[in-house]
Amino acid sequence: MSRLRRLTFAVPNGKTGSDFSGIALREAPILVYIARRLAILFFSLLAACVVLFILLRLLPGDPANSLISVGADEAQIAAARRQVGSDLPLAQQFLQFITSLVRFDLGTSFVSRTPVLPEIMDRLAVTLPLTVLSFLLALVIALPLGILSAVKADRWYGAAISVVSQLGIAIPVFWVGILLVTLFAVNLRLFPSGGFPPRGWDTPVEALRTLFLPILTIAIVMSASLLRYVRSATQDVLGSDYLRTARALGSGFSEALVRHGIRNGAVPVMSILGIELATALLGAVVVERVFNLPGLGSMLLLAIEQRDYPNIQGVLFISTLLVLLIGFLADLGQRLVDPRLRESRGARS
Amino acid sequence: MTASLKETGLGFRSLTITVAFALWGATGAMAQDNADPSAVIRVGSLYEPQNLDNTAGAGQGINEAFNGNVYEGLFQLTDDGDVVAKLASGFEMSEDGLTYTFTLQPDVTFHSGDPLTAADVKSSIERVTAEGSQSSRKRTLANIESIEAKDDNTVVVTLKERSISLPYNLSYVWIVNDAAKDLTSGEDGTGPYKLDNWRRGSSITLSPYENYWGEKPKNGGVTFSYFKEATALNNALLTGAVDIITSVQSPDSLMQFQDNPSFVVTDGQSTTKEVLAYNDRVAPFDNVKVRKAVARAIDRKRLLNSIWGEYGTLIGSFVPPTDPWYVDLNDVDAYDPESAKALLAEAGYADGFTFTLDTPNYDPHPIVAQFLQNELAKVGIKVNINIITANEWYTKIYQAHDFQATLQEHVNHRDIVFYGNPNFYWGYNNPQVVELIASAEASGSEAERDEKLTEANRIIAEDAASGWLYLYPQIVVSTASVSGYPVNGLNSQFFAYDIAKQAR
Repeated sequence: MSRLRRLTFAVPNGKTGSDFSGIALREAPILVYIARRLAILFFSLLAACVVLFILLRLLPGDPANSLISVGADEAQIAAARRQVGSDLPLAQQFLQFITSLVRFDLGTSFVSRTPVLPEIMDRLAVTLPLTVLSFLLALVIALPLGILSAVKADRWYGAAISVVSQLGIAIPVFWVGILLVTLFAVNLRLFPSGGFPPRGWDTPVEALRTLFLPILTIAIVMSASLLRYVRSATQDVLGSDYLRTARALGSGFSEALVRHGIRNGAVPVMSILGIELATALLGAVVVERVFNLPGLGSMLLLAIEQRDYPNIQGVLFISTLLVLLIGFLADLGQRLVDPRLRESRGARS
Repeated sequence: MTASLKETGLGFRSLTITVAFALWGATGAMAQDNADPSAVIRVGSLYEPQNLDNTAGAGQGINEAFNGNVYEGLFQLTDDGDVVAKLASGFEMSEDGLTYTFTLQPDVTFHSGDPLTAADVKSSIERVTAEGSQSSRKRTLANIESIEAKDDNTVVVTLKERSISLPYNLSYVWIVNDAAKDLTSGEDGTGPYKLDNWRRGSSITLSPYENYWGEKPKNGGVTFSYFKEATALNNALLTGAVDIITSVQSPDSLMQFQDNPSFVVTDGQSTTKEVLAYNDRVAPFDNVKVRKAVARAIDRKRLLNSIWGEYGTLIGSFVPPTDPWYVDLNDVDAYDPESAKALLAEAGYADGFTFTLDTPNYDPHPIVAQFLQNELAKVGIKVNINIITANEWYTKIYQAHDFQATLQEHVNHRDIVFYGNPNFYWGYNNPQVVELIASAEASGSEAERDEKLTEANRIIAEDAASGWLYLYPQIVVSTASVSGYPVNGLNSQFFAYDIAKQAR
């Protein structure tokens, strides 16, 4: 037993005697690393905001147009422009934008005239559970099936899983959504076809019922691509020297796979997981539209239609922040699993 | 993506059992007997308000949800198009027609509990005429010289000129508590319902106001659920998630409700006009012969049929049959490609010409544009279709007048007045029409006003001021268990208090 454990770390680490709790001993480099990453995150966010500000102003149209209607006279148009500040010089608009951003004040919507942040929070109450639950469901589907299809690649079901997953990658997410609505909502009447209860999470059963089909939709599509990654990572592990060595040292096949394989296979899969989770967050736009969910994605679409700059900037700021955070966490996770990564970064800084 | 969603919507048709055509007009007469007064009516709509204040650019959705339900005016425009007294118990007009004295209904309270007073009425009208107001009625009420709260129960309005439409125009003015603070995400009105909850992007919930001064609603509240996609809205009705759709915008989907006894399809009176608006200031559309030629080159009947099937109405001018100054002008420039060619030759365009049609990117405009492109090609006119967003439309066309021709849906009731404004985006300028429309408002009687506007209507048709392609249908679809809902939706209103739902 103890021989095997040493071996696990001996191979990737090049050192012996290390343990999973070894992080505690290496706290300092990890902290430096986190600080560096947070600084990078901050500057990426700032850069994203500046680019966004410029791109938005390049779009044709004027947010004031969302406030007027056919029949509006010149005074009303001027009043609308004054109200949204589109009559101000660009430099001044930019200065206002940056100063309020630094104070973490996302401002007030031009169109709904309500503060941006509380609405984003309301919308996140739909989008975050949708994304996270879809992601977890996709993992539950993809991990066992991916490993199974790699291990049993020579059996018919191993091949079948692989083929079906390839099909899953090819179909667009909205199409899956429409199919599920047709089947489970319109014909079988098992789940609502869309919408979100007016009281939201105060009625948790209703809320979960409305989220079921959207979650299933994302999970089906996401698990297909995840499964491909898990499958190929597992195949790599299966062909690796260390697994053969472990087997040679007397470990059973599944024991060797669980003990050594998962940890090694997890490293590439984890970075993919981060990307997939971020994609799911942004890709929720489409699913929210199909299922008529009041999430962050539908808020963004509407805001773009209306040229509601504070809302667009607010949503993109928060989602950029979330995506950067996810990337950061995925990176951190990889480092926790794979000491080699910890080492190299720690040594350089 | 939109296209494929729609196609799927069509696919449902085969799944519904086709037994009989639902008859319109008989909106669930059976529902009256065992109506459930506590039932909450779930209304599905495509028009979520942008905010909750109709003087702050809330859009048409706020009229649907709040007019008559949450807020009331001194007058109300009923679903049949009549103007009736609401919060005004009566009024007197002076001889010269310049002074109106309104008395208020007694015992009216706002949802916050404050009593309605003349001061509230004064501040409410001033909210609409205020400098930053985005109300579509600001212009018409600019004629008001002063408003005086004579006592708690009496308001005196003095005008600069006679205004025969004052009660009508006041039906757009919400009476709001002058002490109310937040009107963009809250409310303080006198209507039968109060705002319970607004979940942005999803729904508005109204519950009955227990101290309402008038007759109690026939239901236990209303939820407006908002949709972005017509297919999603139809699915909600099919699956029983909503009871009524306020305005069907996807003709393809009607079939699944028409042939199903569980649903009732009602074809009401509409005021929404699909308009091919020329820029009458610039060549070649400054030439009346060219405009008439274009009108005669378009087979509008076929256009309407290809978009709405048996629904919708052909109009020969900007005036729908529900306006008192309507006359049938369909024959003025009836479909006649040969005479179109002759007119073009007379105007010096024997070989036709090319123009750009700025087309909003939402339904039905792109389809209409393609139809026009085909039709006009037959008389030698080449149409370049330029797709723009609704937002750009306001900058390029409405404000800058930088266009040759465009498509637009005009939704308002009684909006012939736009032709009396030479600065309007289409730039139609006929001094006779300007004069008729201006003097009609100062008429001493409705008959006099109607006569003048009818005359104006005839002239704009003779001038082919714009191309009036068709009048949209106004289609409401409900489950068979609800009744008593408005079917015309004039000015997008949707009064919910008379809707009854059968107990299960």
